[in-house]
Amino acid sequence: MKLKRSLIAIAAAFAAGTAHAQISDGVIKIGVLNDMSGLYADLTGPGSVVAARLAVEDFGAAKKGMKVEIIGADHQNKPDVGSTIARTWYDTDKVDVIVDVPTSSVALAVNQITREKGKAFLVSGAATSDLTGKACSPNTIHWTYDTWMLANGTGSAIVKTGGDSWFFLTADYAFGHALERDTEAVVLKNGGKVLGKVRHPFPGSDFSSFLLQAQTSKAKIIGLANAGGDTINSIKQAAEFGIVKAGQNLAGLLVFLTDVKALGLQTAQGLIFTETFYWDQNDATRAFTKRFSAQAPRNNYPTMIHAGVYSAVLHYLKAVEALKSDDGTKVIAQMKKTPTDDPLFGKGTIRADGRKIHSALLVEVKKPAESKGPWDLYKIRATIPAEQAFRPLAEGGCPLVK
Amino acid sequence: MNEIFGVPTQALFGQLLIGLINGSFYAVLSLGLAVIFGLLNIINFTHGAQYMMGAFVAYVLLERFGVGYWWALLVAPLVVGATGVLIERLMLSRLYKLDHLYGLLLTFGLALILQGLFRHEYGSAGLPYRIPDELLGARNLGFMFLPNYRAWVIVASLVVCLSTWFVIEKTRLGSTLRAATENPQLVQAFGINVPRMITLTYGFGVALAALAGVMAAPVYQVSPQMGADLIIVVFAVVVIGGMGSIMGSIVTGFGLGVIEGLTKVFYPEASNTVIFIIMAIVLMIKPAGLFGAQR
Repeated sequence: MKLKRSLIAIAAAFAAGTAHAQISDGVIKIGVLNDMSGLYADLTGPGSVVAARLAVEDFGAAKKGMKVEIIGADHQNKPDVGSTIARTWYDTDKVDVIVDVPTSSVALAVNQITREKGKAFLVSGAATSDLTGKACSPNTIHWTYDTWMLANGTGSAIVKTGGDSWFFLTADYAFGHALERDTEAVVLKNGGKVLGKVRHPFPGSDFSSFLLQAQTSKAKIIGLANAGGDTINSIKQAAEFGIVKAGQNLAGLLVFLTDVKALGLQTAQGLIFTETFYWDQNDATRAFTKRFSAQAPRNNYPTMIHAGVYSAVLHYLKAVEALKSDDGTKVIAQMKKTPTDDPLFGKGTIRADGRKIHSALLVEVKKPAESKGPWDLYKIRATIPAEQAFRPLAEGGCPLVK
Repeated sequence: MNEIFGVPTQALFGQLLIGLINGSFYAVLSLGLAVIFGLLNIINFTHGAQYMMGAFVAYVLLERFGVGYWWALLVAPLVVGATGVLIERLMLSRLYKLDHLYGLLLTFGLALILQGLFRHEYGSAGLPYRIPDELLGARNLGFMFLPNYRAWVIVASLVVCLSTWFVIEKTRLGSTLRAATENPQLVQAFGINVPRMITLTYGFGVALAALAGVMAAPVYQVSPQMGADLIIVVFAVVVIGGMGSIMGSIVTGFGLGVIEGLTKVFYPEASNTVIFIIMAIVLMIKPAGLFGAQR
């Protein structure tokens, strides 16, 4: 009996040994690169590190004898800072995969570096649909959401309910431009028109001047093609200047759970936008939320970006396990080959252009009277099925798709 | 003929007014910096963080103790000013004999520490602060819809700025202060406690920042980086106005707010750089700043 047990132990040790054979330096190193201190820190930030940690736990890396290490860094929303960190991570710190990376300008830079170095890049935080369009790469998967999906979900819902003339308030960098472009296309396609647009510096603090220009345009809908603190301040100041009361409506094109929380229901109520994850969807998401919140800064609840980091890291580790290798290009190919399945997004797939496909949710912010708890913030108005939620493969112009 | 460069005049008036509102924050903040630099020769990089602290004190007063906006306008500057006094006594006072750079490094480091602490405690998304009931609503000026609260901000900051200018430039207390910076030994010989005066001056400058913070709380989110976003612009305002010039900082504060506001209409992409372009031009033509005296 004793002999049998030790034989099994030896066999297991050998098995683990072979599994390590292809994994560089025996450790899978995950680098969470995002905004740890600025205006996107609550919707990505340290929460994404928590999400990655939970994924490693749930994958059972320790039990499987795989050594996984997670590190985090602050790119300050600056492409130069982000590029330097990414290079250092890949070249000297032996990082195998970079995850999250909000701020599209930074993500596009890291996308390029990852491709040069043959590593792996799992985007959850950034939005630009160019990551699976003209900038698509065999080393990148765009996980959680993108500008096309936001535009398609929110834009068409609003145009169809009568909001057919638009004015855009756009953050002046890659993300804002992509979101504005994709939303404009949806508005025009659905028979609406765009009366004007203004590009505000990123990050901004005073939006009243831009809001006044939007008011002068007499557009029915003011589309906010910005995110995080910029969106919060735009919405708050629109309320202050009586813009909604005067008959114009705001469309928050990218709004996160933490933004709504920061605004308060009184100001945010009635806002309609698109998400791919809400903590109160089902038992699995609620269970995850409980564990996440226990470790997150200030016990925050997870945003869709955090959920995306969890889901992406879990699928990545499965691919590494199956392949017994952490070679970036091969792992990404393996990830695309295998269907995804996790408690937060359910079953899904990854397309050749690197787009992860799952359903999207059109949500509306609750009225203060409807909310039963501090995080009870959304009503789900509709679910957009996976096959309609994202840009069709052929329309992206990704060179990997032939 | 009711258009200027394709922008309706009506809209332009609105933009000018909004520029003035932003200018009031610039003015109060740069005034505090100018007072501190003029009298202490310290470049106070903690100013943005102290502005942020003012907003947070107002927030905590309301949420934790149910103390409203009007009391916060008084209490927050006192509390934050008191921390300023501590900073001056414990740290800054040791640096007066050294180069300016040491003061700058110390205050910059303090700003980073303060921001980090507040971020750790309150997160970065920011916290909402309600506009006081008395100032809710807005009035229709014909050419724009002016929220009452913003009108109050302009009036309040004008009053604060002008009274500060009056005290420093036109009263006996002010002249003693100015004398103490010119020649501390001599003023001390007249029996005036110069170190205490300097401490209180720093406290006052800091209190001004906190006051601006309270006034900003209902307009912007109360967030740890709210000061960092603003402080660089405010420094540019001080440099343009002339380091240490009281009236200079007030006039340039309001003036640059208006110029920035107009840029937002004609070329929005440049609205966060226009102040620095002006700064560069002013430094080339008049290195001491528009209102600064060559020393």
